[in-house]
Amino acid sequence: MSAIEILEGPLWKISAGIFVVFGLWRLAHILMTGRRRAKARPAGSPALGAVRTIFGHFLPSPTITHSSKTWFVTLMGYSFHLGLFALLLFAAPHVAFLKNQVLGFGWTPLPRWGFIVAAEFAFAGLLALWLRRMLDPVVRLISRPDDHIASGLTFLVMLTGCFALGEQSVVLRGIHLGLVELWLVYFPFSSLMHSFTWPLSRGLSGAMAGRRGTRA
Amino acid sequence: MSSDTATGAGAQSGRKNRNFDVQRDLPDEVRLANAMDGFVAEFGPTAASYMNACVRCGLCAEACQFYLATGDEKYTPIHKIKPFEEAYNLTEGPFAWLYRAIGRAPELSIDELQDWEELIYDSCNMCGRCTLACPMGIDIAGLVQEARHGMYMAGLLPDRLAYIVSKAEKLHSPFGSPEDFRKTVRKVEKDYGVAMPIDREKADVLLTATAEELEHHPLAMATIARVLNHLGLDWTYSSEAFEATNFGYLSGNSELQGELTVRLIDKAREIGASMLIIPECGHAWGATRWEAARWYGAPVDDVRVRHIVEVLGEAVRDGKLKCEKVNESITYHDPCQQIRRGGLEWAPRAIIRELGMELRELDPHGVEAFCCGGGGGVLANERAAPLRQKVFENIKKPEVEATGAKHFATSCNICELTLGKDIKASGWDKQIESLIDLVGTHMITDEPPLRPGKPG
Repeated sequence: MSAIEILEGPLWKISAGIFVVFGLWRLAHILMTGRRRAKARPAGSPALGAVRTIFGHFLPSPTITHSSKTWFVTLMGYSFHLGLFALLLFAAPHVAFLKNQVLGFGWTPLPRWGFIVAAEFAFAGLLALWLRRMLDPVVRLISRPDDHIASGLTFLVMLTGCFALGEQSVVLRGIHLGLVELWLVYFPFSSLMHSFTWPLSRGLSGAMAGRRGTRA
Repeated sequence: MSSDTATGAGAQSGRKNRNFDVQRDLPDEVRLANAMDGFVAEFGPTAASYMNACVRCGLCAEACQFYLATGDEKYTPIHKIKPFEEAYNLTEGPFAWLYRAIGRAPELSIDELQDWEELIYDSCNMCGRCTLACPMGIDIAGLVQEARHGMYMAGLLPDRLAYIVSKAEKLHSPFGSPEDFRKTVRKVEKDYGVAMPIDREKADVLLTATAEELEHHPLAMATIARVLNHLGLDWTYSSEAFEATNFGYLSGNSELQGELTVRLIDKAREIGASMLIIPECGHAWGATRWEAARWYGAPVDDVRVRHIVEVLGEAVRDGKLKCEKVNESITYHDPCQQIRRGGLEWAPRAIIRELGMELRELDPHGVEAFCCGGGGGVLANERAAPLRQKVFENIKKPEVEATGAKHFATSCNICELTLGKDIKASGWDKQIESLIDLVGTHMITDEPPLRPGKPG
């Protein structure tokens, strides 16, 4: 079995398995932690509060729109995340991979120019936020090694993905795939899990505020 | 000061000149274990989801008045729980078993906890403004409350707060004994000529008071009594359960928090009251209205917990309480526990409308308003005064000045006391007024009007 076959076969299955099993474990652990406290008689709707906060926090809170940092983080955050999602779901090799290996159906991929634009947004956002993490005193103070590892791995996955776009080199594809697998293994143990925990934290705060007849 | 406290000496660590106090004689290892146990003791899915959601964006700092007023990054809200977060991940988090298996243990030290005492008690009002700002919706104020429980268990809280807690433990109120309470109420009753029933065996409403009101604010007590009489409510005080302020909640002493809350609810049930009225204090209301269910394991449906501002707001809204028109401008400070964390934004504004005053809102106001700086036990913590003053000078004072309003009022006696102290220290030509007092001095009744500082 060649290296690329190992990467595409057993290593892919192992890393995807770790991602799914430990990701689900982390979510289950959160949901099963301790005991649920009895709640006060509501003054408003917890469900509406949860929905409002889950969606409302996609925009910056008026409490912090006075700060240029807020707009920088928001714009760069959207640039990175939207660019990354576009690459993840619409890059031609990814669409082909999902069709052939996972879903059995596909969709129209991004044209090459679309890929380049999406990649530029994703790189600009990621690098700007990572740079801020190293330079801004507040973010530097609160950052953990995990935050840098997560940013670094994501950067390398994106970079090698760009190199492998043409699918002309098995080596480049193998490097990209290997880094994706490393990223998947690291994912459930890291802050990358915010991809799945954000609706929980927003929803629970929103439900608390909704119960009190206010907003979070 | 209680005899088992030692102030800021860093006695066990040898470090000096840091802002921390120590209570109880405990080995460092026990303090550390207690801190961690206390932090996670009440953890449920909500707190666990918060601990697994932070992306370290730092935007919570932009909402925190202590950071904004000083520019010091150590006041970043999420940073305030850092020692607990690391220990949680390694001992209680989803992968604690894995960390144990590879021999990775928490590096939390007693020095670190002592350093954090200032961040958890002196520079956090648990006002929840950071919760609004957090893109992930993490209720950092709630996590600080859990951290305070850990710090209390470790015997690491400000001495002044520890002293007040010890008084509340012994007497249920830092104000004093039931006899002290009865004497004070009788004096207010006599001075202001308002009937104030105490210890009736049966009543529909149990009214509570705060130590601050009892010591400094008789007019608010007289006003509340007069309004309840005017509304025809069948009410009483109880000398056995009068204190609304919950110093267990503020200090992190959960056991005391439960005892104080249960004392009020049980007394209301004992006298057959269906309503428990909390006076101006915001945290008192939050601890009773939103947390009482926690101690009974079920919602307290038979006793409705209401804040006095809610009662007054409803009375003016329903036309049951009328006031003389003041026809002057006013700006209003929103107490965070009543408004942002309590949902009562409408009530003070209804009262101001009834008073015929032109409301000039602070910027920001309502749920987005800045805290007074004294909430969450910070006012009781004397060593935090210089930091609190800085917050006032840089944030609240310019806000108020920008409105140009004649009156500056609020509906929380802790906010009023805090802002009053800060105004005095600032040498500012402004007075903070109580919205309750404004109602008391302008409500239309058949009785002689109440006058501030000059009983009717």
